[in-house]
Amino acid sequence: MFDDFFIRALVAGIGVALVTGPLGCFVIWRRLSYFGDTLAHSALLGVTLAFTMEFNIALSVFIISSLIALILIQLQKRTNLPGDALLGLLAHSSLAVGLVVIGFLTFIRFDIMGLLFGDILAVSVDDLLIIWIGGALILLTLKFIWKSLFASTVNYELAEAEGLNPDRAKAIFTILMAAIIAISIKMVGLLLITGMLIIPAAMARNLSTSPQSMVIYSIIGGLLSVIIGLFTSLEFNTSSGPSIITAALLLFILSLFKIKQSIKLKN
Amino acid sequence: MSSDKNILVKLNEAGLFINDKWLVKGVSLQVEKGKIVTLIGPNGSGKSTTAKIALGIYKKIDGSVEKYTNKVGYVPQKISIDWTLPLRVNDFMILTENLNIEKIDEALSLTGVIHLKDKNLGDLSGGEFQRVLLARAISKKPELLVLDEPVQGVDFTGEIALYELIKKISDELNCGILLISHDLHTVMSATDHVVCLNGHVCCSGSPIDVAKNNEYKALFGEQASQILSRYEHTHDHIHTDEGEVKKN
Repeated sequence: MFDDFFIRALVAGIGVALVTGPLGCFVIWRRLSYFGDTLAHSALLGVTLAFTMEFNIALSVFIISSLIALILIQLQKRTNLPGDALLGLLAHSSLAVGLVVIGFLTFIRFDIMGLLFGDILAVSVDDLLIIWIGGALILLTLKFIWKSLFASTVNYELAEAEGLNPDRAKAIFTILMAAIIAISIKMVGLLLITGMLIIPAAMARNLSTSPQSMVIYSIIGGLLSVIIGLFTSLEFNTSSGPSIITAALLLFILSLFKIKQSIKLKN
Repeated sequence: MSSDKNILVKLNEAGLFINDKWLVKGVSLQVEKGKIVTLIGPNGSGKSTTAKIALGIYKKIDGSVEKYTNKVGYVPQKISIDWTLPLRVNDFMILTENLNIEKIDEALSLTGVIHLKDKNLGDLSGGEFQRVLLARAISKKPELLVLDEPVQGVDFTGEIALYELIKKISDELNCGILLISHDLHTVMSATDHVVCLNGHVCCSGSPIDVAKNNEYKALFGEQASQILSRYEHTHDHIHTDEGEVKKN
């Protein structure tokens, strides 16, 4: 069944969309879009590390992204620079360092475009295993910390006062962000991962009235984007990652009509 | 001592030093089961800070805080909720603990906002939101309730009803309440213990003691705001401009 590259791509995409749906909601709620972007940029460094040390790509991306997240937290504590400046600094410098390192690795032929924009059509059965097992672990962990993460997203002090340990939830969530980037980098590439996190969740916000419904719409939006994007890329021979994100954008635009209606109803 | 078992939270000489100044210093107090302890004092006297210390929100404090319960309900003075979240009253009620429908409905009915259950939290008025906050805090039947000006923005008749409700909850659930209030009428009628703060504990005791010691009756003749700002009592110390305390 997994012999066909297209089936493998679909299964991989569906696996990623199931995880980016709920995580993306938290990215929007906690205003972490640019944070996700920074982790994704740093993933290039992780990929080069994997090639030089002959290491598993997903694992080394996970390690490097977590490391960058730790550095960010330290820089926030020790400097007076605003958060967005630090994020920009880390995002672009880690991307640049990654590209420089690639320049030294002349013995390996790199598919830079594949790294930046993903190559879902090249996923192997091993990649599928990483996506589905890793994805299941991410979702299970998220379910475990859901209550305290959500409560502290609404109000930190309430969560802390009523014994939900928001700091622990935040730390675990940061690790989950690094993990989703690690398992999905091959599919949408490091420049488009944040799109997969944000756009379906943003669409879902337009349609939903409760946190649960937003998560469900976000998953559905991600799944539709993957399916529509992959079939269009097959049909028109466009690159698959960008096609998926474009499909997500179209769904977002459609969701805007729903807002218009509900605003009209209110007036 | 036999009363030790009833202690829910105890502050020993607790204080908080942030940005080169003491927000509050040397506060000792304890909240016991079934008792209402009220913090009074002028703006900036450290009432909310003291409440947050008791709740364990601040990590690096001076002195110590002993908390003997994890069943806590909290109504903060200020709450900023990010409206990027789609959140109905019903979702907010189960924010920190999963409750069944009966408990949610019961708490919302008690504070008179059951009709708002499916409304978006962002669409509520200030007073309505305050009632929802109180409902959420009592719905989980906590052992310790910390209420930081729980009736701000609530209409006059509602205010009286809610204070009666708070008193009733304290009796029925036998929970301890740490209350911050500007309404001295309520403070004096419903509380077991009053702590007057002004960066430190100025005086404390039963409402009657505090009232007697501080010419309470005379104070009540004045307007409510003046009662608060000029809460006169015999100082054995003076406050310097730097917030230091000097003995006379």
